[in-house]
Amino acid sequence: MTPSGAELIRQIKSQVAQVDPGDVNELLHNDGGNGELAIVDVRESEEVARGLIPGAKHVPRGHLESRIEGAVPDRSQHVVLYCASGNRSALAARTLEELGYENVESMTGGYTLWKDRGYKVEVPKVLSAEQRERYSRHMLVPEIGAEGQQKLLDAKVLLLGAGGLGSPAALYLAAAGVGTLGIVDDDVVDLSNLQRQVIHTTDRIGVPKVDSAEQTISALNPDVDVVKYETRLDASNIMEIIEGYDVIVDGVDNFPTRYLLNDASVRLQIPVVSAAILGFEGQLSVFSPYQGPCYRCLFRQPPPAELAPSCGANGVLGVLPGTMGLLQATEVVKLIIGAGEPLIGRLLLYDALGAEVNTVNVRRDPECPICSRPPEEIAEDEMGAFPDYEAFCAAAG
Amino acid sequence: MATVRIPPVLRPSVGGVKEVDADGDSVGDVLRSLADQHPATQSQMFADGGELNRYVNVYLNDEDVRVLDGLDTPVGAGDVLVILPAMAGGCA
Repeated sequence: MTPSGAELIRQIKSQVAQVDPGDVNELLHNDGGNGELAIVDVRESEEVARGLIPGAKHVPRGHLESRIEGAVPDRSQHVVLYCASGNRSALAARTLEELGYENVESMTGGYTLWKDRGYKVEVPKVLSAEQRERYSRHMLVPEIGAEGQQKLLDAKVLLLGAGGLGSPAALYLAAAGVGTLGIVDDDVVDLSNLQRQVIHTTDRIGVPKVDSAEQTISALNPDVDVVKYETRLDASNIMEIIEGYDVIVDGVDNFPTRYLLNDASVRLQIPVVSAAILGFEGQLSVFSPYQGPCYRCLFRQPPPAELAPSCGANGVLGVLPGTMGLLQATEVVKLIIGAGEPLIGRLLLYDALGAEVNTVNVRRDPECPICSRPPEEIAEDEMGAFPDYEAFCAAAG
Repeated sequence: MATVRIPPVLRPSVGGVKEVDADGDSVGDVLRSLADQHPATQSQMFADGGELNRYVNVYLNDEDVRVLDGLDTPVGAGDVLVILPAMAGGCA
């Protein structure tokens, strides 16, 4: 005779290992976040939205088989499963054992008992139904999912310029749901910009670029809060503008500002995703202060004017800033969600005509005038400065 | 014989090509051989004292020669040198 549902659950509960919430609470404190213990919440999304155990990974029981490997790739890891009362987690524990997980326990009494005992819970930020739909293709990517999407929504990214590189980067970061996009640009839209600056439109010629960019971004994704800085970044305003941002996208068109930005971002320890373009070629790197080299480690000095032509003077393939700006956007997303290997300590060289991509290694310079020192020792009057800075500026005209 | 990749800003100095073959057993020799073939590159690569300009990086097979033996770094046949000056273009 086949057992009733209740009988089956009773049988399985007697067969899988169970653990008391008190023991889990103790384990969680002793674990200290070193990742030896994986707590998995197998309840439905609506239940989790009302609260969960801090640090728990959410894998609804209905998706357990397909998603557990993304959440707990190591089958020898200690896994504690919980649901509301301990029934679904027992069934889930049985499934994980069948999948080869070696050390699985189901928490008795579930979240209800955990909460009754007064142990710590947190209420997660949840995506609205519209957000779940808008970002559904992100949700399906194991490296992003709801957790990564929430990180994107919480992130603050500053774009230096809504120009060739900033336009595509801003568009895709907005579409990806980066919650706050700051844009620094003091320019207005010009007809000659539209060959590459795809965030602007013909009917906005003469409009400040920050306003034009805001209009496009808001139409694309109302989740994004655009913070406009209609100004030129300089030594007097840089600290105030960049402080509080998680990542900076650098696409500025001159060396003094690149060095100024480098020094200020090292001081504030904000990673910079940097790109430069000319003609058919682009360079890209991620400068993550104290984790990898800074811009001054890569280029100790700016070149003289004759070796530093600008796109304005020499031209650029309109598609190229699109390519490089999107590589920047990709690095930004990787930094925010913590996935993959960011381009730290490497410089990517793209040659559009040859359809070639090469990378070279960039090392921290132990004698770097900026990042060889602790951040608090970098004085504001040093930022963007060179011993021969005046001569350089004079030469650069 | 090594291959030297020429960045866009130096191409007018080498007749517009992207790569130049140059002889030499060290990075310095190869670059000096390049400068002999194309004298306009001399002042763009080297400072007055004969050392590399600080705004030019040279990579031997993807590694910065400054972390190897600089201009004395040995170069073998088939090695690739990349000359890389800083670029700032963002195209505002």
